[in-house]
Amino acid sequence: MAQKRQRTYQQDIVGDGILAVQKVREPHTEASGKGIRCGLIGICALFLFVMLVLPLAVVVINALRDGWAAYQEAVMDEYTVRALQLTLFTAVTAVAVNTVFGVFAAFLLSKFYFRGRQILAALIDIPFSISPVIAGLVFILTFGNVGWMGDFLKAHGIRIVFAVPGVVLATVFVTFPFVFRELFPVLNAQGKDEEEAAALMGAGWFTIFRKITFPHMKWALLYGVILCAARALGEFGAVSVISGHLRGKTNTLPLHVEILYNEFNTTAAFAVSSILVILAVLILIARTIVEWKKA
Amino acid sequence: MYVQMEHINKTFDGFQASNDVTFGVEKGHLAALLGPSGSGKTTILRMIAGLDKPDSGDIMIDGMRVNDLPGSRRGIGFVFQNYALFRYMTVADNIAFGLEVQKKGKKEIRTRVEELLELISMQDLGKRYPHQLSGGQRQRVAFARALAPNPQLLLLDEPFAAIDAKVRRELRTWLKEMIGRVGITSIFVTHDQEEAMEVADTIIITNQGRIEQIGTPEAICHHPATDFVSEFVDVERYEAFAALASSHGS
Ligand SMILES: Nc1ncnc2c1ncn2[C@@H]1O[C@H](COP(=O)(O)OP(=O)(O)O)[C@@H](O)[C@H]1O
Ligand SMILES: [Mg+2]
Repeated sequence: MAQKRQRTYQQDIVGDGILAVQKVREPHTEASGKGIRCGLIGICALFLFVMLVLPLAVVVINALRDGWAAYQEAVMDEYTVRALQLTLFTAVTAVAVNTVFGVFAAFLLSKFYFRGRQILAALIDIPFSISPVIAGLVFILTFGNVGWMGDFLKAHGIRIVFAVPGVVLATVFVTFPFVFRELFPVLNAQGKDEEEAAALMGAGWFTIFRKITFPHMKWALLYGVILCAARALGEFGAVSVISGHLRGKTNTLPLHVEILYNEFNTTAAFAVSSILVILAVLILIARTIVEWKKA
Repeated sequence: MYVQMEHINKTFDGFQASNDVTFGVEKGHLAALLGPSGSGKTTILRMIAGLDKPDSGDIMIDGMRVNDLPGSRRGIGFVFQNYALFRYMTVADNIAFGLEVQKKGKKEIRTRVEELLELISMQDLGKRYPHQLSGGQRQRVAFARALAPNPQLLLLDEPFAAIDAKVRRELRTWLKEMIGRVGITSIFVTHDQEEAMEVADTIIITNQGRIEQIGTPEAICHHPATDFVSEFVDVERYEAFAALASSHGS
């Protein structure tokens, strides 16, 4: 008994001689626990295999079904390349806009107290709770020919709906909360004592942000950026409504996949899909690294 | 009076956190704001530091009305309740921060940081990060950081609350001695009367946003001004403590 006690409690001299007694977690040794664990792992693995790995494998296999040459042709196709370019352009813009916005919003809402800050925080979440299709429609109703900014935009020769600005706008809207949502809890949990301490010593807000707030949030920021990019690359609903599916003009990769598929051009559809899969895998790797660093 | 609060009122969403607060602290004195939790002590300290603005009343420091002066220009050092050390900076960088903001020379900063590290007996720990320190060490760093830019007034919010009961007494003596050595006017917040009795020259008793009494520890014990004070202050404990202190003194 005494021996067991010694093993489960660890005595540790901390700092300037305070004796801290820490309970060390007992290892879980029961056989039944092991059985349950194996069963759960098995179910999990099977589920992941059927839901995720298998479909992805199908994409790759189908893409290469007619051989490497056919794959290359589909991928190098002019419209595919244009769609890839638009997708990348849209994603980079959306990430840039939402990063700047998300950082400022999170800084503002976590470190300053003012009337209506809860309302503002709730507004930022709107894109999460609205179906992307409806978001697309809202933009058409706002900026389209019959929309209430339609006449104004027409008079100034600005095209938003069925044009690249509309695609970008819709993507920015849909990916709006990601960076903010990652940053806000982190900054909120930090409190504002450190910022206040720095301000009392005469530091300006930019110094405070750079030296105190930013180091605290950099991994969460990168994580938010990655999530935002992943969503921006794959966005379909909102973009589908607002883009008008103009091949080579407003078609993004996901839209292009749908068009090819509807034309029974299955191999090409899967080939183009595989580009998105590759981008997704790259993002997944980046995400894992960041998560590991963040911990 | 070095610090003088005149008829200060402060409300948070209709809740009166300070109610006609008036008191003064003399130059070089160490005063304690003593009162139960929620009685408005932190609010008073934050208003002196310029972190909160009073709704009405005057805050005077060294004969000047500072209500409209930002906290950074009031010559104040502030030790936060949980120290608020900059967690991504080393101990040395924490202490140097205020000097760097003032754009002091590199050499001057280094000399001052070394001097302060020596003052808090942590010469060898300058390269550590806050999370690598014990509670007592953190408090000492917070103290040094607050003193680095040579403030004229030191404010400390519950400086011992986050520290083990065992080391608290030791640290209390240390802090009193340090403040005496530096000779800086200081106000500290506490809800622990023993702490206030032991450390302070003057005790200011707060209750529900009001000041109940101001006086020396002895005066407060033997001549409580209100029912609240006579109930809040435990005279027996004070006398036992005073006896202990005098036997140590002789
Ligand atoms: N920023 C704030 N917003 C709303 N209420 C506050 C705020 N700061 C303090 N209070 C309220 O004012 C009262 C006094 O608080 P405080 O000064 O922190 O008391 P103490 O430091 O004596 O425990 C408390 O009831 C607290 O809830
Ligand atoms: Mg308090």
